[in-house]
Amino acid sequence: MSEVKIKIRKEVQDKIAAICKHFRNDAGELINVLHQTQDYLGFLPVEAQEVIAQELHIPTAKVYGVVSFYSFFSMTPKGKYAISVCMGTACYVRGAEKVLDAFQRELGIKVGETDKDGLFSLNSLRCVGACGLAPVALVGDKVYGRLTADQVKNIVQEYRDKE
Amino acid sequence: MDTIKLNIDNREVEVEKGTTILKAAQKLGIDIPTLCHFELNGLNVHNKPGGCRICVVEVVKDFNGRPRRNLAPACVTECVPDMVVRTNSIRVINSRKTVLELILSDHPNDCLQCAKSGSCELQNLAIRLGVREIPYKGEQSSYSMEVSPSIVRDMNKCVMCRRCETVCNEYQSVGALSAINRGFPAVVSTAFDQHLTESSCVFCGQCVAVCPVGALTEVDHTNRLIRDIANPNKKVVVQVAPAVRVALGEEFGMKPGSIVTGKLTAALKQLGFDYVFDTDWSADLTIMEEGTELIGRLTKYLAGDKSVKIPLMTSCCPAWVNFFEKQFPQLREYPSSAKSPQEMFGAIVKSYFADKINTKREDMICVSVMPCLAKKFECERDEFKTNGNPEVDYSISTRELARLIKISNIDFNNLEDVAFDSPLGESTGAAVIFGATGGVMEAAVRTAYEVITGKTLPKIDFTELRGLEGVREATVHVQDGLDLKLAVVYGLSNARKMLEQIERGESPYHAIEVMACPGGCIDGGGQPYHHGDADIVKARWEAIYQADKNMPIRKSHENPSIQAIYKEFLGEPCSHKSHELLHTTYFDRKKSIENE
Repeated sequence: MSEVKIKIRKEVQDKIAAICKHFRNDAGELINVLHQTQDYLGFLPVEAQEVIAQELHIPTAKVYGVVSFYSFFSMTPKGKYAISVCMGTACYVRGAEKVLDAFQRELGIKVGETDKDGLFSLNSLRCVGACGLAPVALVGDKVYGRLTADQVKNIVQEYRDKE
Repeated sequence: MDTIKLNIDNREVEVEKGTTILKAAQKLGIDIPTLCHFELNGLNVHNKPGGCRICVVEVVKDFNGRPRRNLAPACVTECVPDMVVRTNSIRVINSRKTVLELILSDHPNDCLQCAKSGSCELQNLAIRLGVREIPYKGEQSSYSMEVSPSIVRDMNKCVMCRRCETVCNEYQSVGALSAINRGFPAVVSTAFDQHLTESSCVFCGQCVAVCPVGALTEVDHTNRLIRDIANPNKKVVVQVAPAVRVALGEEFGMKPGSIVTGKLTAALKQLGFDYVFDTDWSADLTIMEEGTELIGRLTKYLAGDKSVKIPLMTSCCPAWVNFFEKQFPQLREYPSSAKSPQEMFGAIVKSYFADKINTKREDMICVSVMPCLAKKFECERDEFKTNGNPEVDYSISTRELARLIKISNIDFNNLEDVAFDSPLGESTGAAVIFGATGGVMEAAVRTAYEVITGKTLPKIDFTELRGLEGVREATVHVQDGLDLKLAVVYGLSNARKMLEQIERGESPYHAIEVMACPGGCIDGGGQPYHHGDADIVKARWEAIYQADKNMPIRKSHENPSIQAIYKEFLGEPCSHKSHELLHTTYFDRKKSIENE
């Protein structure tokens, strides 16, 4: 029956509170608040969701319900290079699944995970609006089009070389 | 009133505008099967997600005179003029069955061992729709079972009706549960899948009361109890809460509202308890303590003492105690410091009564039969233990007692009435009404009036405090210059409004009674399942007041056994000894956000 204590750095708590305030602490703005918080932190840790729940006066379970519903929101920290493979219809029919598999093999992680050194994280998403280039993957903001599974190794190496 | 005429299964019906097909059909006596839909009419509980699709019907003629292409869910589809509906066409029958088979394809096939077997709405549907095989093989959910002090969650059995989520959020405003994830992994869960004890859960058990399947059930202590009774070295004492006696009969086919006090006592004796006592006795004791506390606070308040906490709020309901400790700890001095009747009883049994029968505390087992699941949690609170030994060892629900009686081969319906044992079995009408919303307040007023004025009450029944509305208020004239302003609420969302009002400094009341469950303990989380039939709850409610009327003594302070214990043991209400045994303090259990 001990109290539950949430630990968070002061400046992080203040920043999240400021984001909530920007949206008038309106519970109806939860998704916008989550977007901005994820932009700021790179992901949505438990502590951040607790602060948001408190600021918007809604149950933490509701916040978590929304975070877990949308694949865009992540509760694990992204890698330095966040890789997203498009699994929208156009990309999918042109072999996106093979590309995704190749990334999983090359990085040794599954979709939604981040590698041990925090260098790469892997996600799938639905349509980036570049269907003409299908199949498409993004590394950070950079778009790679007309991908094949064989190219994956070189792309990953490109970023490893930068380190 | 705008009305609409329509045709359902070749029969004409006229309904109010806005009526759903489900309700219109009910008017014709046509019972469309449902699963997720849940409504406790008049008791503020509704769940209408229109999600399960069991209630689909065929709209042969829609608003535009043409058939509707897709089947319509009857629970959320409103009637339109001249609509023609079929609830039993071949298309409907096949679709319903397919929907059910798909739900069953991800449901454990363990009805024989399931705690809900026999009162499971999914099982009943499978019988009703004639399911003989499940043709779909697919992925199966595999969640691990979670056991908390009160509630067992087995999400493999969840059918995503979301009734639990609705009562937890809308009815109680507790917010422990939410639907999480999407698609097949979607499930109802706590925040971050944390254990219920770490969540905002208050263990009211209303999620269990409304769950159609065995996904949410009570922690079952029946085996533990059978072992304890069989142990010759233990003296096992049982106490029974007021609301149990007006509901237990339902488990044995009696009509709702049957008062079975005598049979209940007889059954407990046959089960082999050493002493069969009554929580009503300690409800009378609660009135003495809480009533005295109220008079004390009021006297100071009326004398102009601004530091005194008014309104006094009741503290019998353990879910309510959990609620304010977790969500409004800053207001925890408003509720009475009096322990709940269950814990007062345990404290007296393991001190006064243990001495009386010359038995050591460790050799006594105190068990309670409660309409409640939060009582199980309350038993485990550290502040109710002496050297690790709890005042009440554990609590079983009305449902568990019914199971125990069945397991023990007792012919409940034909038992001869037996009286409670003495001395902790004598009680008054004021105590039995603790089981219904408004009852604690009425009992307190009956005593407070006579103590303050020194006069006999002109009228015992305070009907202005009775009712089944979620928030009620009344003014009781006590004497010149003293009109008591009282509020009675059930449902923690209503309690939240009261707390917010206090926080704003705007509460006009002297005292507020809070019970978490719909209509009070009569519809507690441990009562026989009513499956949304509000008439059952209403029948129990009427029975409580009938039981009050049947009692020869109807005011707590006139209970001779209570008078005796003050004389020989406690001294007077709110004495030093009373405070030691019968009062408690509350804690700040709010989740706190701290900086590192």
